[in-house]
Amino acid sequence: MRFALSGEQEQFSRSLHDLLSGVDTDSANRSWAAGDHGPGLKIWRRLAELGVTALAVPEKYDGFGATPVDLAVGFERLGYHCVPGPWTDTVAVLPSLLDDELLTSVASGETLASVAFAPHVPYALDSDVADARLAVEKGRLRAFTPGALLSSVDGSRRLFQPVAGDDLGTALDAEHAFELGCLATAAQLLGTGRWLLDTSVAYAAQRKQYGREIGGYQAVKHLLADVATGLALAEPLLFGAAVTLDRRDVSAAKVACGDAAHLAARTGLQVHGAIGYTAEHALGLRLTRVRALVGAWGTPRFHRERVLS
Amino acid sequence: MDLDLDERTLAFRDEARAWLAANVPAEPLKSFDTAEGFAQHREWECRLADARWSVVSWPREFGGRDASLLEWVLFEEEYYAAGAPLRVNQNGIFMLAPTLFSHGTEEQQRRILPKMARSEEVWAQAWSEPEAGSDIAALRSTATRCDGGWRVSGQKTWSSRATFADRAFGLFRSDPDSVRHKGLIYLMVDLRAEGVTVRPIPQLDGEPGFAEIFFDDVFVPDQDVIGAPGEGWRVAMTTANNERGLSLRSPGRFLAAADRLVSLWHDAGRPAHTADRVADAWIGARAYQLYTLGTVTRLSDGAELGPESSVNKLFWSHLDVALHETALDILGPDAELRGAWSDGWLFSLAGPIYGGTDQIQRSIVAERLLGLPKGAR
Repeated sequence: MRFALSGEQEQFSRSLHDLLSGVDTDSANRSWAAGDHGPGLKIWRRLAELGVTALAVPEKYDGFGATPVDLAVGFERLGYHCVPGPWTDTVAVLPSLLDDELLTSVASGETLASVAFAPHVPYALDSDVADARLAVEKGRLRAFTPGALLSSVDGSRRLFQPVAGDDLGTALDAEHAFELGCLATAAQLLGTGRWLLDTSVAYAAQRKQYGREIGGYQAVKHLLADVATGLALAEPLLFGAAVTLDRRDVSAAKVACGDAAHLAARTGLQVHGAIGYTAEHALGLRLTRVRALVGAWGTPRFHRERVLS
Repeated sequence: MDLDLDERTLAFRDEARAWLAANVPAEPLKSFDTAEGFAQHREWECRLADARWSVVSWPREFGGRDASLLEWVLFEEEYYAAGAPLRVNQNGIFMLAPTLFSHGTEEQQRRILPKMARSEEVWAQAWSEPEAGSDIAALRSTATRCDGGWRVSGQKTWSSRATFADRAFGLFRSDPDSVRHKGLIYLMVDLRAEGVTVRPIPQLDGEPGFAEIFFDDVFVPDQDVIGAPGEGWRVAMTTANNERGLSLRSPGRFLAAADRLVSLWHDAGRPAHTADRVADAWIGARAYQLYTLGTVTRLSDGAELGPESSVNKLFWSHLDVALHETALDILGPDAELRGAWSDGWLFSLAGPIYGGTDQIQRSIVAERLLGLPKGAR
């Protein structure tokens, strides 16, 4: 029993963090929301060079065949930096659905996928930029064409109504794919929550009111301490779920990471005040991302039911 | 990253499971805050000790099994899953013992630990004072140097187990000119010594789980001072982190309670109005179990328990309350009747208060983990 990340995993997380700290993901999100995928795809390619897109792809298709723990490490950092694009669909879910040459181009970062997963993922993410579009229903795969563009609470998630096309046969392992989709979403929620905490702490330590930093007031401190506690206890659930991939554990992680991120978002807004409510501030991007991800890949209700079943 | 147990650890767990299955009393013991229950618990501790299960993580020479931290956590899980009694000497075993292992002399360890392991001496903690509470550094009880030891005067209050316990440990002010954290001394006091008066205080359940202790010029020999006089605060911090952190609140206890809660909910016909809270209680208990395994790994790598202990305490104290309140809501009108769940609920209410209130813990998390500006507490 060794319940801690390995040196390689820590290093991988740091590499991702260093790379993403040097790119402007906020403006990439805004461009993405406006239908300009250019800046977002540039980030996609740079992350592909680091191996992120190859993580779950089997070695025979030039992937790493990495573990779900590695995936969780990667997705936590994608969440922290609020990277736009169909990462969950392409990197976490697709490799478990197919045993196909297509995965070689997923690993290299050339192919993006958009996956609808009935009934929990009814709308397909970023189908306009994805070349592989798959709908999963009761273990079977179908191609789909994107119908109407729907408007998400998070503008940088472009959702489409999937219009079912050809039946492509049985999915390789739809259940496994679903668990990994939930896990990747939980990891992004944890990462986003951590960004919200870090940013709110930094803001509270420099913003002054009534002649002192607001972070010196106990009322503000205690709000942030509760956020830190929620995130600290959600993390082991995420990695525990990555180790066991047990349904109950995956659902526990999804609920706890969602709750912790949601508390971080609400508290972050409260600490920032009106500035956090503006579209110019980066906080808003995360606030709406959290809300979208809380309901994606299984609602809290669905996951709590799985915990109890 | 893995959660697999090696063969040696599995064998340890199986041995514990088998012993507990064969030995845990079929009838629950009476509360250890009654005279009769206290005696029953002493007997149980003796039985545990005879089989070397009372202090598994201690060295063999003091009655333990040299168990690793992981083995200790697994033992606790088995212990509570088996429905075994609460530990009457937990103040001694989980708070004083770690302090003695870090700061005690060899003589103190040899004299005190074996009796503690068998609960021949049950320990009370004597931290709080009437004007101090969570602000331990505001304490006023004094220890004055005398020939061969110290003369202690003053008052402690809210002392858990002191009504029936044999001895107590706590901090006293050894330098009258000192302020706050300086000039304190860590002492072990015989509760039957001349000049000691113990006044039981009934807790919410009506039993005297608390007591006031009055010290009127009580002699404490030098051999019962832990660490250097004046350094008491530093010595006590080992104990505080242990109390808030790993040792006192075993994840096994919460996981066992959460599993019972899920069963209760199913048996009650899965009432929809409590479903989310039952799920969250289980999720919280599982989170705490895994968090503890992370702590075990870090400690095995040489890290020390630090302010993360406060994160820990904030979390489990709320989990414990929420878990029991959910059970009571499932029970409906019957929740009012005294029983395991209502007793557990009363017990849980103390969590957010003792060992430093929630407010103290949140300030520690904010200042020491998040680096926010220090301020008045």
